[in-house]
Amino acid sequence: MDIFAQQLVNGLVLGSIYALVALGYTMVYGILELINFAHGEVTMVGAMVALSVIGLLMGVAPELPGVVVVLAGILVAIPACMALAYTIEKIAYRPLRHAPRLAPLITAIGVSIILQNLAMLIWGRQYVSFPAILPSDKYALLGAQISLLQIVIVVLALLLMAGLWLLVERTRLGRAMRATAQSREVAELMGVNVDRVISATFVLGAAIAAIAGVMVSAYYGLAHYYMGFMLGLKAFSAAVLGGIGNLAGAMLGGLLLGVIEALGAGYIGDLTGGFLGSNYQDVFAFFVLIGVLVLRPSGLLGERVANRA
Amino acid sequence: MTAPLLSVHDLKVAYGGIHAVRGIDFEVGRGELVCLIGANGAGKSSTLKGLMGLVAHEGIIEFDGERLHHQATHAIVARGLALVPEGRGIFGRLTVAENLDMGAYTRRDRAGIRADLGRAFELFPRLAERRVQLAGTLSGGEQQMLAIARALMGRPRLLLLDEPSMGLAPLMVRKIYETIADIASEGVTLLLVEQNARLALKVSQRAYVMESGAVTLSGACAELANDPQVRAAYLGE
Repeated sequence: MDIFAQQLVNGLVLGSIYALVALGYTMVYGILELINFAHGEVTMVGAMVALSVIGLLMGVAPELPGVVVVLAGILVAIPACMALAYTIEKIAYRPLRHAPRLAPLITAIGVSIILQNLAMLIWGRQYVSFPAILPSDKYALLGAQISLLQIVIVVLALLLMAGLWLLVERTRLGRAMRATAQSREVAELMGVNVDRVISATFVLGAAIAAIAGVMVSAYYGLAHYYMGFMLGLKAFSAAVLGGIGNLAGAMLGGLLLGVIEALGAGYIGDLTGGFLGSNYQDVFAFFVLIGVLVLRPSGLLGERVANRA
Repeated sequence: MTAPLLSVHDLKVAYGGIHAVRGIDFEVGRGELVCLIGANGAGKSSTLKGLMGLVAHEGIIEFDGERLHHQATHAIVARGLALVPEGRGIFGRLTVAENLDMGAYTRRDRAGIRADLGRAFELFPRLAERRVQLAGTLSGGEQQMLAIARALMGRPRLLLLDEPSMGLAPLMVRKIYETIADIASEGVTLLLVEQNARLALKVSQRAYVMESGAVTLSGACAELANDPQVRAAYLGE
């Protein structure tokens, strides 16, 4: 089996999940210039809620097919995450709308810690495993092996990205979001209820994060109250890599980061003569983050950082 | 006599400790073109921002017989006021057509919007040529045209214009003022804020002169233009 092809496939799968989470960071940043550090935790809550629903359903209706059970989990996780994000924005960020930028940033970190601890109280410190109820078919693809789950993750992620793109570019809400991102005051002057647009942005990002949370837990086969931290940091790195505030950038950055990480993990052993192993895979995301911040702070597709209207 | 469209009583606007507007009264009648003139820092823009609810303010603002009281800006816009802000405030990374669509954001009557879009392009043929271009690539004068056209897309009952001549070449200023006169002749009520008193007095029917946050003079433009005080202070004679 070809390591390069295999790691490329794995990287694209992981990368499409990063891209989905990165979209939530970048949309909020585009409008509020706020890095919503609680977004990773929203993703974690999506995974946890879905797993609770899945566990419950398997108990009361064991004859249901696995796909239906997981789908039900997702369908409950989405509104749960939307409600959570709406509440976070309303009670933690909105009161600080006109405060110096550091205040909401610190609040975001605080919200993230609160959510981690609440999740620990609700779901415990243990890893929650994702039951093996999904089909485990595998296919050969260009010398690599790809599972049905991996295919579903990539296809669903691409569909979600396309849907979000259409929403932002083609709908009245999307136009209002883009206008608000450029100038909140002028958007208000057009009759846009800016508070509502900001809420919609958070809620939309959270809905996508809920799905990403279920994807990542299904992919790794487990979930944990702390999983949102690393996932969030990586997605944030992906958003910065693509150019934070830029939707296409988040998609590109996510996919690239996934591939870089997978290839790095695949070859790090050979490159260091076996000194470092693939357990160092997390390090690549942060090499990329530091590299981007040093060499091209505006990211691959970002143009403006300083000259906002 | 019918009640004025806009009547403002004892309007005050303060930022921190600075009193930008210190309790002014003025009215705009239906179909009238009224201007607020005065030097830089006299409180003209703050007055418009107060009317639109963009800044904290006190006082009584009656629009079409109803009070606008501490409503959010978007709600005030929905009532029929529109402001073309100082510096134009176009969305540079939206296309010209998208900017115009944003102007019609509060409306749902698609046919009416399409008709008004046609009218806007008739009024400003230059915008029609550039409809798919990003608005940020337009020249200053074209951006001012776009800002005015965009505000008209909301079919406002009262249009507020803040320094429409600012930073434009003389030829473009003349074009913009011809357009303002056209808009007024179509029956749109206008409140114009302008540092260039000569232009404003020529196009308007009545004027209020502001100085240090207060209205010091008011009257018909023809009379004010002959007032020795105004001539000395604002017309440079």
